[in-house]
Formats: sequence, C-alpha cells, structure tokens
Amino acid sequence: MKMMVNLKINNIDVTVPENTTILDAAKAYNISIPTLCYYPDLRINSDCRICSVEIVGKKGLSTSCSTIVQEGMQVKTHTPRVINARKTITELLLANHDADCTACAKNMNCELQKLANVLGIDENRFERVLEVRPIDDHNPSLLRNPNRCIKCGRCIDVCRNIQGVNVLEPLNRGHEIIISPPFGKYLTDEFCTFCGQCSSVCPVGAIIEKDETAAVWNVLHDPQKHVIVQVAPAIRVSLGEELGQKAGTIVTGKLVSALKLLGFTKVFDTDFTADLTIIEEGNELIKRITTGGVLPMITSCCPGWINFAETYYPEILDHLSSCKSPQQMFGALAKTYYAQKENIDPATIFVVSIMPCTAKKYEAKRPEMGSTENNLDVDVVLTTREIGKMLRQMGVEFENLPETEFDEPFGKTTGAAAIFGTTGGVMEAALRTVYEIVNKKPLESLDFMEVRGMEGIKEASVNLGGKIVKVAVAHTLANAKKIAEQIKNNESPYAFIEVMCCPGGCIGGGGQSYGTTSKTRKDRLASLYTVDAAMPLRKSHENPDINKLYADFLGSPLAKLSHELLHTKYKAKHRHQ
Amino acid sequence: MTLESMIQKYPASPEYLVEALRDYQMAKNDHSVTESEIVKIAKYFNVTESKVCSVVSFYSFLSEKPKGRYVIRICRDVPCFVNKSESILKTLETRLGIKPGETTPDGLFTLEYTGCLGQCDHAPAFRINDMTYVDLTPDKVKAILSEYREEKS
Amino acid sequence: MIEKKIISKRFDKIDPYSIADYIATGGYKSLAKAMAGQRINILSEVEKSRLRGRGGAGFPVAIKMMALAKEAALVKYIVCNADEGEPGNFKDRAIMEKDPHSILEGMIITAYATRATKGYIYIRCEYDKPIEIMRHAVEEARKNHFLGQKIDKIDFDFDIEIRLGAGSYVCGEEFALLESIEGKTGRTRVKPPFPTSVGLFGKPTEINNVETFANIPVIIGMGGDEFAKIGTKSSTGTKLLSLSGNVNNKGVYEIPFGVPIKTVIDELGGGVPDSRALKMVQLGGACGPIIPRYLLDMIIDFDRFDEFESKTGSGAIIVMDDRCDIFDILLRNVTFFKHESCGKCAPCREGHNQLERLLRKFVDRKATITDLISIESLARVMHQTSLCGLGQTSPTSIISTLRYFRDDYIDRLESLEV
Repeated sequence: MKMMVNLKINNIDVTVPENTTILDAAKAYNISIPTLCYYPDLRINSDCRICSVEIVGKKGLSTSCSTIVQEGMQVKTHTPRVINARKTITELLLANHDADCTACAKNMNCELQKLANVLGIDENRFERVLEVRPIDDHNPSLLRNPNRCIKCGRCIDVCRNIQGVNVLEPLNRGHEIIISPPFGKYLTDEFCTFCGQCSSVCPVGAIIEKDETAAVWNVLHDPQKHVIVQVAPAIRVSLGEELGQKAGTIVTGKLVSALKLLGFTKVFDTDFTADLTIIEEGNELIKRITTGGVLPMITSCCPGWINFAETYYPEILDHLSSCKSPQQMFGALAKTYYAQKENIDPATIFVVSIMPCTAKKYEAKRPEMGSTENNLDVDVVLTTREIGKMLRQMGVEFENLPETEFDEPFGKTTGAAAIFGTTGGVMEAALRTVYEIVNKKPLESLDFMEVRGMEGIKEASVNLGGKIVKVAVAHTLANAKKIAEQIKNNESPYAFIEVMCCPGGCIGGGGQSYGTTSKTRKDRLASLYTVDAAMPLRKSHENPDINKLYADFLGSPLAKLSHELLHTKYKAKHRHQ
Repeated sequence: MTLESMIQKYPASPEYLVEALRDYQMAKNDHSVTESEIVKIAKYFNVTESKVCSVVSFYSFLSEKPKGRYVIRICRDVPCFVNKSESILKTLETRLGIKPGETTPDGLFTLEYTGCLGQCDHAPAFRINDMTYVDLTPDKVKAILSEYREEKS
Repeated sequence: MIEKKIISKRFDKIDPYSIADYIATGGYKSLAKAMAGQRINILSEVEKSRLRGRGGAGFPVAIKMMALAKEAALVKYIVCNADEGEPGNFKDRAIMEKDPHSILEGMIITAYATRATKGYIYIRCEYDKPIEIMRHAVEEARKNHFLGQKIDKIDFDFDIEIRLGAGSYVCGEEFALLESIEGKTGRTRVKPPFPTSVGLFGKPTEINNVETFANIPVIIGMGGDEFAKIGTKSSTGTKLLSLSGNVNNKGVYEIPFGVPIKTVIDELGGGVPDSRALKMVQLGGACGPIIPRYLLDMIIDFDRFDEFESKTGSGAIIVMDDRCDIFDILLRNVTFFKHESCGKCAPCREGHNQLERLLRKFVDRKATITDLISIESLARVMHQTSLCGLGQTSPTSIISTLRYFRDDYIDRLESLEV
C-alpha cells in the first residue's frame, strides 16, 4: 500500500503517492513546470535548473525534477523570483548558442525555442559569447553541431547508460566544455555505431540525422530516373506520429498513398525482403546446426549492431549471419530481378528506403553493398523524421488519404515480416520457419511469447528435430555487449541470437519521431503484433511470391545467385592493433 | 618510468585512473599523455577511451598537449595578488619571454596560471613541477630560473 | 590572550613524523576512551558538543554521524576532505603538516562509532609536504595497531587510504570529491540522495573536513558538554583561522568562536603593513563576502556569517588595504570560479562568463545602469539555482559588495543614462 503525501503547490492542496517528484506532482494537478534537460526514461541530470521552484522555508530554489515531495511542503512554481531565474538561465543558454533558428533543422521542433516561447523571452540581457566551433560532417548518418549544444547531457546518458557504448563525453570543464568523441575527434565509425539514439533525444539541433530530403526531391523530378521506395516494417506503426497521430496508429495504406503523392513511381514493402531474409537466414542456421558450423549464429539485419560488432567485438564476426539486411536485399533485387523483370536499365533505378534508423544511412553506403561504387543498391535512406518532413513540405493531408496497397512484385508479405520491427520479431519469424522446416510439421501456436516484450535479454528453448535448442534476444547495445562477451569467452549457451541495437528494436530506432518514450515504444510494438495477427499469411516460407522469386530467379536459398546478391562479408575494424 | 611499470603500481580498478594518470605524466618530460598511451591506459583500467579523455581534459594537472620540461604554475588569486604576485608574473614573463599558456621555444619552461596553492601565509607563491616556492621576490625568481637552467645544462 | 590553542596545541611543539611524540602528548588516549565505552556514547558526546563542520558549510556533525551509524550496510566509508582549494585557506595544510595523527584519531573514533569499514583521506596533489607527512602517519598508525585489523584487540577493523587530487578546486565539494576518488571527473551529483545513504561507490559515507576530524578526539577527551562551553551558542569550540593578505603576521590562528574579526586582524595579525589603511576584508575565501571596515566588529560565528546569504565558516580572513581596487578583486575571484567550474549546470557554466564580462565593464569604467541591474540579477540567480556550492557561493563577493560598496559600482558607470 503506497503512502500518500499531502502538500501545497501554489496554495492548492495536492495529494500524491510518496516518492513522487514535485515535477510529477504538479503535472498531476495540471501544471506543467517548464523543463529542458529532463527527459522521461533517462536519468535525472538536474543540469539546466530551469524547473527550479520555491519551497517555503528553504533557501535558494530547488529543482522540481529531482526533489521528492514531503508532507506539508509548500511549493511555489511561478513566483516572479522563479520566473526571473528561468528567464535568466534561458538567456544565458541563448547567449552561447547558434540561435539562427530559421536556418536550423530543428526549427519549430526545438525544445529551447519552445522554452523561450513559454517563458515569454523577448530580449536577451546578455552579450553573445559563442565561440564558433567546426561542424562535424564526417559520417553518412549524423551531423554534429557543437554551436547548438546546450550541454543537457541527454546524448551522453543515452550513449553511455542505455547503449553502453560511451562515444560521447564532455571534454574540458566549465564553459569550455564540448560534448565530443574521444580525443576531440570527429564522429566516425572509429567509435560510433550510428544508432542515432543521441539524435533522438537531443532537444536542439546539436546532433541530427544527415538530411537527404533535398536529394530525394531532386531525383523525384528527374525524368531520367525510375524512383522507387521501400518501406521498413516499423514505419507503418510510426509514421502517423509525424503527422499528428498517436503512437502505434496503423497507417500502412495511407502511407503508400502519401508516398505516391510525393511522386515515387513504385512503393514497395521491405517486409517482402524480410520474408526473404528469413528463408536465407533460416536455412543458414539449419546448415550451421547440422554441419557443425559456427554457433551461436547472430542476426545481421541491424546495422548499428553490425557496426558495434565490427568495432568492438571483431573476434565474434564469424558468428554473424552472412545475410544482408532486408533493406539491402531489397536494393540488390531492385537493381537485378526487378530491373530485368520490368526491363528497366538498372543505372536509372533510384532506390529510396524509409527507415526508422540512422545507421541504415551508413549501411547503404558500404562499398560492398552495390555492384559498383557508383551504383549502390540503396541510393538514399530517409528516416521517419525526414519523410515526415517531406510530407509536411508537400502539405499532404495525411488523415484524409485513401488506403492503397503496396506495389507488385514485392507486395505480398507475411506477419512474420511485419514483426521484424520489434525486439524478438526476427527471432519469432525465424522460429516459425525453422521449426516447421526441421520438424516437418506445423506449429501449434505461431506466437512465441517468451521472445516478446521489453526485457533486455530474453531466452527461449525450441525443440528442433528432437534437440532442445536455446535461443536469445537482446536489445540495446548494452545488452548486445553482454551477449558478445559471453560468446568471446566461449560461454554462450545459445544456438541462435537476435540482436537489435535500439531499445524495443526498430520501433525505437534513432530515426523515429522526437519525443519517443517507453510508452510510445510499447504502443508501436503492440501495433506491429496486431498487424501480424491480422495478416492472412504469418510464416515467411508460405509467402508464394518468395517461392516464385526463388523459382524464377534466385534458384534456391544459399545457392550461388542468392549468395552473390543476398549475402555479405564483415570487416574487423581493429582500432588499436 | 615506463607506462607498464606505472600501470603495475596501481590496481586495475577504474578508481585509480586519475592518480595513475597524474603520476605518469609527472614522470614524463613533456607532462602529457598521448593518444596511444590513453588507449593502453583505458584497456588496463577497463574504462572507455572516452572516459579517459574526459578525465585528462578535466583536471588541471593532466594534459594531452605536451608541455615544457618545467611547468611553472603561478597563483593569480587574491591573497597572492595583494601580496604583489603581479611583479612575480612580470618577472617570469620578461625572463622567459612568454605569457601564461605558452612554452619557451627551447621547450624548457611552460608558464601557467593555477588556483590558490594554499600558501597564502607565504605569498606570493608558485610551483615548478612538484616543488612549491614561497615568499617570492623578483630577485628570488631570477635565481630560481637560473638554477633550473643550470640543472638542465 | 585571545588565542585558544586546542586543535593547534601541538603545532611546532612535536615532531610531526613521530607518533611517539603524539602519544606522549595525550595522543590516541581519546581513541582508547572511546573504544572502552559504547558506540552510542561517542555519538552522544558529539551531539552534546554541537560541533559544526569546519570546512565552510557548518553542518552539525552529529547529524551526519548518527545518519551513518543508522545505516545497516556491510560497507561504510569515512572520508576526510583535505582538498583545501579555497583561496585564502591553509589551516588544513597546517594541521596535516604539524599534527597529522589528530586527524587519524578523529577518523578512527568516527569509524568506530558509526561502524565504518574503511577511510579515505583526499588530499590535493599540490600539498606535497602534507601528503608525505600523512602517508608517514598512516604507516606509523598501522605499525602501532591504531589502524588495521582488530584495533585495540576489539573486533573492529579499519584502515585508511590516502588518495590524491589532480588539480581541481571543485573536487573539494563533497560529491565531486567522491567522484574523483572513484576515478572520474569531479562533477557533483544530483542530491538527494545524500552521502550518508548513497556515497562513495554507492555506499553510506560520511565526509568531514580535516579540522572537523581533529576536533573529535578533543570532544571525546574533554566531554561534549565542556566543549560546548567554548565559543558561542550557535558555534561551539574553536576555529582555526587562515589570516592572509595585507596583514603583518600572516598565518594560522586558533580562537574560540565569538572573537571579533578586528581583534584577530589587529592583535594577532599585527594590523596592516606599510602604514596603509584597511579597506575591506573577504571572509571565508574567494567564495565569501567582502565586508567594509565598519563591520569588522562582527564576531566570528556561523550564524553571523549566515547573514551574508552563504556558508563561509571555513575561517579565512583576507585583509585588503586601500591600494586594492574592488573590481580587480571581484574579477580575480570570478575568473577563479570560471576556470574551476565543472560545467555541469547551466547557471554556473554560462553565468561566470557573463559575470566576468560585466565586471570587466566596471573595471574599464564602461558599465551602464542596465549592467548594474544585470550583474545583481545574475549573481542572485546563480546563487539560488546553481547545482552545487561553487556556483551558489561564487557570486557572494558580488552580492556583498553591491550591498556594502554600492557607491563604488555607481562611480564606475560610464553615465547615469539608461
């Protein structure tokens, strides 16, 4: 039984459970105390001091995000003293900030702007003190602008504590602080995996995804180009948020219509190649199990995880499946199978891919992901945020759009493919297929509940041909690290492991809408399982179009052409050897 | 003192990172750590390179930037200031030909400001490497600098 | 005779390298007395003494000790803050250099009373001599079984490890100090929780200043009630003062609380040299208020210092004669804090830069009335919203001079037009 605490906020009687912060208590009584560095689900840094309030009897001001309510406390949230303090601090931040808002990608979506607006700041009493530092534009996924950083510490928190990678730390002290990779270096694949979680939590424009919308606008109006788009599983339950809808709203049909409106010639579903991935990877797993291949085998569809393994655990690269990700398999097929089928010159095909992910931008540009350096399989990756921006730029009235189906020949997909976007989804999809192939009988239930949910590492056991095989599912790089350590020390009890680098899997990707919280992740996750349950086909190996693809073009899983187009190699990055 | 021997002196626990770094840099002629040394240190203490870099850049006595053989750290706070520390600073600047933050071209002396050294009862004061000099006068300073120059040659 | 040498009674009278000297002058007797009785008695005596922390904050020590004693944890720490980085302070240096064992005895008694399992002394790395002497003292204490296992043959194990800083004033702040011992940057933590519940390595920890620990054996020796008779109602016992600046006899002096500042400067300090006039005095260090001559009759007392909206009870007195320009002094103070700020919280990290700029305008006689309003407002906001003591107390000198030397600010305005 939770104890209740009685206090007064602005002379209003407030009763909340013990251990509630003043911030949450005020919220429960309809007062939103302004905050800046605060972010739900992340550690309370109490850095910005914006949420300061007066507590009667206490000297100075106290931050409401970090102060727990006490019996009889009297809190004042908006006295002139408090308002002046908040304004002063905000002005101090603005004086050391590149406040050229209209030239910033976060314009109208910036928490510092919102705060200045809410506080009613109409002048800055302080002299501009910004010492301009170089912008870091040295990787394909993320753009770092230290002149916009307000040192809130969220990026450090997410990279260090949730991802366990710790690329970013404050260098120097006092006003000379710069949040930076080691040695003041640029953000590159020397340390960074490009998971983009930092960009997802940054309140301002200090770290954002590399914007490639201009390239896409241009190519959409290039009559020489055949522009097609593929849409990741997670997008169908996420894109709505960019256009004013609730997290988890299933917008599959509308998003196809919207993309057509933008001008894409064909709108395809990455779910198709997700099904294909299951066939290839499932067969690869069976082969490894039966012929003494390297086990455990680990999934390879998450580019953030691949980057992490190459940089930090090169010794386990042999364990990775050699399968490309669905995005890349799609690109490869688009420029071969599709080109041939439709009789289009592959050099004119421009593949855009809509992903909830920033690491996919890096993945698409890997030199091995294309027939030649000038003809990469996937030409541009746009994040959920970027495609949302394009739709707003076009003024699309999303809610009123009709439902449209994905285009053929990649339109038929299964529920197994849809759940790729969740943590445990790839594992479940793979098990549905591998189980039935090995045991030569259908599953009683298609739902592998033990691999679902937000727990960091999940385990399950499956009976494959009489043998009990252990599998695991990990999400966030901090958990991936634990799995990798086990394998490195030859202590892994698993045969097959799914790793997703983002919390919750792709639905929690670094390219998703701003303001992602554990609640919105759960909502998106739940909706993908709803999509799965409602699909007529729920097992990848039952997808007739996949079978047709093999019959007409690839031959068979793991065969020569499949290997050439759908499999890849990894590169140990050997940072310091 | 090699990096290895320094490292062996401290248990491989992250808590000794700050002290080990200072100990090591004090023994080095250029009073700094290089990138490759940071990599080794990070590995030994089982912390990320990011962590080591943030620690090196935080503390005044740690540095990635090489310094002169003798680092002169002069206090510029009020108790020394009202006891004529400016005349000491001017003497140093004149004799060495450098300003705080700079190193003499021969790499012998680096001049820096430092926070109060806790020698206010014998102000003005400065430190050269790990020696503290108090009750300074311009003449004493000239003598000290000569001593160091002789020692080097 | 205004001095009262209790903590400093052994200064320059014993060889600090000799534990025998310490024992011969009554050393470690209080430890024996403490361990012969109940732990609760020690806590009771400290409570009766009403001892307040000697590092500057003046927090009642008994509260910390009892909070730590109450924690039912297997591992508990006692930490001695010997970082002494506050400009104008050197009394802890004196205690370490001249009577090192008094600190150890105080720590061991505290550890016994609270069932702490390990102690740390965090000394700033610039203090070479204290480091050497304290290291030697710890070794000697171990050899004589005052540290280690089964101290005094009782089931009480306690040892002390000496740890060094690396050049950071802010590591004198208790949480930043813990972070530094843990091998990290010296950035403070969000509080609560407080160290007695979650401290060093996440374990319950009590952190005290050097002088505070040195008082513990004294209290156990004479009894808490006797101790409380010394000093004033709000501030019991004695205070070691660091007297520096424009004064003839700079040094460390021990007085009972309640002595007027003027008496210390004139009688102990021998007044201002070179026949100059005393213009102002900064109390506590760079983080303290600057007061004019007419306030020097004020007695040295925690509650009186509290009236300056800050905690400045570390006992430093920096005397400044009439050659000193207020704004040069203020600028030096602010530059110091700007350089030492850890950068974690916005008001301190961004505020010092702006304070410095504003002060420069006053130095250059180019300030406007708006600047006057801004500097006052900014100083107050930093004082009220900064995350730790550094940002909270650095504007004190500005706030106090605005109160007591406001005319000087007005004199520096370029014009009286807005």
